[in-house]
Amino acid sequence: MTEITARKTGNALGRRVGLLFTALWMGIAVLSPNTARAIAPDQLKALGEDDYDAKAAVVEQLADDGDATAERVLKALHDDTLFALPDGSLAVQVGDAYHDPLTDQAVQVKADDLSQVSLSNVLRARVAAALAGLQLRSADPGVRSRAVDALFSRPDPTVRKYVEAARQKETDSRLKGRLDQLWAMTALQDPDPQHRLEAVQLIGDRGDPQLRSILRPLATMDNASGDDVKVRDAAQAALHKLDRAQFLADMAGTAFTGLSLGSVLLLAALGLAITYGLIGVINMAHGEFLLIGAYTTYVVQNLFRAYCPGAFDFYPVVAVPAAFLLTALAGLVLERTLIRWLYGRPLETLLATFGISLLLMQAARTVFGAQNVQVENPSWMQGGISVLPSLILPYNRLVILAFAFAVVGVTSLILNRTRLGLYIRAVTQNRRMAACTGIVTWKIDAYAFAFGAGVAGLGGCALSQIGNVGPDLGQTYIIDSFMAVVLGGVGQLSGTIFGAMGLGLISKVLEPFWGAVLAKIFVLIFIILFIQKRPQGLFALKGRSVEA
Amino acid sequence: MNLLRTPAVICTAASLLAVTLGTVPSAVAQADAPIKVGILHSLSGTMAISETSLKDVAEMTFEEINRSGGVMGRKIEPVVVDPASNWPLFAEKSRQLLANDKVAAVFGCWTSVSRKSVLPVFEELNGLLFYPVQYEGEEMSRNVFYTGAAPNQQAIPAVEYLISSEGGAAKRFFLIGTDYVYPRTTNKILRAFLHSKGVQDSDIAEVYTPFSHGDYQTIVADIKKFAQAGKTAVISTINGDSNVPFYKELGNQGLKATSVPVVAFSVGEEELRGIDTKPLVGHLASWNYFMSLKNPTNDAFKKEWFAFVAAHNLSGGDKRVTNDPMEATYVGIHMWKQAVEKAGSTDVDKVREAMIGQKFKAPDGFVLEMDANHHLHKPVMIGEIRPDGQFSVVWKTKAPIRAQPWSPFIPGNEGKPDKVAAWTPEILSGGPALAMAPVVH
Repeated sequence: MTEITARKTGNALGRRVGLLFTALWMGIAVLSPNTARAIAPDQLKALGEDDYDAKAAVVEQLADDGDATAERVLKALHDDTLFALPDGSLAVQVGDAYHDPLTDQAVQVKADDLSQVSLSNVLRARVAAALAGLQLRSADPGVRSRAVDALFSRPDPTVRKYVEAARQKETDSRLKGRLDQLWAMTALQDPDPQHRLEAVQLIGDRGDPQLRSILRPLATMDNASGDDVKVRDAAQAALHKLDRAQFLADMAGTAFTGLSLGSVLLLAALGLAITYGLIGVINMAHGEFLLIGAYTTYVVQNLFRAYCPGAFDFYPVVAVPAAFLLTALAGLVLERTLIRWLYGRPLETLLATFGISLLLMQAARTVFGAQNVQVENPSWMQGGISVLPSLILPYNRLVILAFAFAVVGVTSLILNRTRLGLYIRAVTQNRRMAACTGIVTWKIDAYAFAFGAGVAGLGGCALSQIGNVGPDLGQTYIIDSFMAVVLGGVGQLSGTIFGAMGLGLISKVLEPFWGAVLAKIFVLIFIILFIQKRPQGLFALKGRSVEA
Repeated sequence: MNLLRTPAVICTAASLLAVTLGTVPSAVAQADAPIKVGILHSLSGTMAISETSLKDVAEMTFEEINRSGGVMGRKIEPVVVDPASNWPLFAEKSRQLLANDKVAAVFGCWTSVSRKSVLPVFEELNGLLFYPVQYEGEEMSRNVFYTGAAPNQQAIPAVEYLISSEGGAAKRFFLIGTDYVYPRTTNKILRAFLHSKGVQDSDIAEVYTPFSHGDYQTIVADIKKFAQAGKTAVISTINGDSNVPFYKELGNQGLKATSVPVVAFSVGEEELRGIDTKPLVGHLASWNYFMSLKNPTNDAFKKEWFAFVAAHNLSGGDKRVTNDPMEATYVGIHMWKQAVEKAGSTDVDKVREAMIGQKFKAPDGFVLEMDANHHLHKPVMIGEIRPDGQFSVVWKTKAPIRAQPWSPFIPGNEGKPDKVAAWTPEILSGGPALAMAPVVH
């Protein structure tokens, strides 16, 4: 981008037409002095300068003016499309062209001269609130609804007049209800006690615990008299309601975060539940299977970005099977070349797989670099759903939770309902008897190990969506994985589920009281004590296989 | 250990011999021999991510100096060692640099623990270390020049900004950090500072997480609840890759920078390079330099950097960035060069004296001066994270600020010396035991 606007948008003709329009408009402006703008171009210049207070004053005035020009400038500020020119004038980017913010006519500027008008967070919040206030007048109910949402998240007393006006005019009953609540937030200090009373009740009905802080002064009024007593009692009742809402949100929030952490642990541990739990291989390279799955996701994501950016949001559809297959292949190779020689020798297996783990980590470092790589969530996994006013469940956590249960479901189906699963269970429970019935046990060993590795790859694919992907990824999960499997009981899939979910819930229940560091220590102590008392874990296999 | 020390002993003996036998010839021989300097940065292990760039920028600066004629007509020869993110190895490697390679100065270290581990070696052998990273203060060694920020040059101005109406007039503060010395000391200073500003303990929350913690759900929910009671700002000293899940969780739970801003002290351009910046946009970081600064010195610095990256075919290519510690390294090397030229010698004691008061026009757009307390005067800037992983500066100090390595907000620091004591033989004989305690003049 070197030289801009007219050349890009059109040609000399377009330029001439633009000039004509400008001239025409100027003529009208001269002819009709009544349309004089409330804000002078000189005032607007402050936006392009560095003085914070002056900028704030301009935003304030724009919010107060509330005319089409103000809305245009605020919108440009909000969307980061307002630019300053060296002479101090401003230009709004509209597509590839630039317009004068006051007249909305195209202007010619050099892109090199432009510097974006920057806002601090405080001003950005003001601009968003002011813009939402103005948009309350929009004819489009969708725009109005979004504006109301925006105002709820940052209530701003300066837009009260727009809220009041919109409240009188609103015809959509749902939107009207929310506008009433919005109005209530600004009307708590209203001189009319009737208004205050109404506002307090509306706030109580909204059930948003965030509003407790603005109710509290009313509920604790000391020398109330007359109508104020009514307001105070109503405020106390509303506060009580909101306290209950907060309590509910806390409980639900803890339960959800616990389950969500549990699902992460479950995904990390599930592969291990098969390779260690069923086959009995102490696989220290399990973390690196997660790593392979995560890096596969990264590569698939990059391929999508490079070759079909339009379908970027669907890259997990390819990444999930790719992660499974590649990791399963890695597992198969590892089993055939190394682990099969070491069955029945747990110590040597431990050392050998530990070596493999170091090898794979270094390989990742060599191929992808020591730095973490960037795995972006598809857009449908960003943000969250608001189930209660103060409780948002992030989509990525929900997806991971569902994915964890889907993987568990499929795994248990394969183990319990397919011939391969039957063979795996037969071989792991009684190898010789299984061989006698004609099962080729070495093949089953290889398949089972590859399957377990593949499931770990699925875990890695999921973990890449919530955490960091780097060469050390496996190391962060290996301990947790063994903990979940051992706690749940070796040899049982359901044990691992309860182990992982239990660990997740305990950590999250403890964390608010003791902090993340102490909670983690406590969980470790708890597991040590638990294993002392019940070495077989939560769910032990019954029968002869235990001794085998 | 004994084995490792042997060469050092031999070398020390040999050098003593050399000194007694022939001071004059060696001085003549040195006249046009290259000056050796050490680069002590981890090139492998966990810290390699951050420290490799510092080694690169140091080599770039030495190349630049050599191209323009070297120091006093002598070329500089950097000796690069790799302490591999292993703290005791830092001490061994620095002993090797000082005793065997006889380097005139060492540029290195990142974490506070690595600096603490080499400090006794530098004090024992009277070496010169240039430390380029922001740190928690509480230290002032005559053998170290600190070119990164002290707490009053980074943390405290950032909090002052958050309290100001421009920064959002925050009333409540949520301090969150990784559980080790830098965050804990910084937060101790900040808490005392907030008290001095009239903020009550009930309006301050302090939370720590382990290294590479990945699950910030509960903490973000707590921040939300904390923010209900008044305008809140989060001050993050989270270090390393935990930042990614932290910011992701903030974004997913709908905490925006416009309502609850997060200001970080350990998130810079290099850290943002490996991550999806979308959830971070609008959040703040406090540094003394940003790559996005527009001034001729910085333009030249960046140009030189990218030319160096291209010429040496460094990994990352044109995606490489410059950041605050790199700038501090660059400034430190240039100041050392000026000091050597002023002293007319690379002798540690003479250079140390000449360093005080050195001025250098730095890429941050200011002329920085080395103070008698061995810390640089530095400007403070607050930057806002942009979608491209760069920062736009939203606030900065009008002039560089003098460092206070002994924070007045930590009890017991009253009356600690304001500048590094001049050289006295007693200090040398005191050896490592005196490493932490400054000598009162």
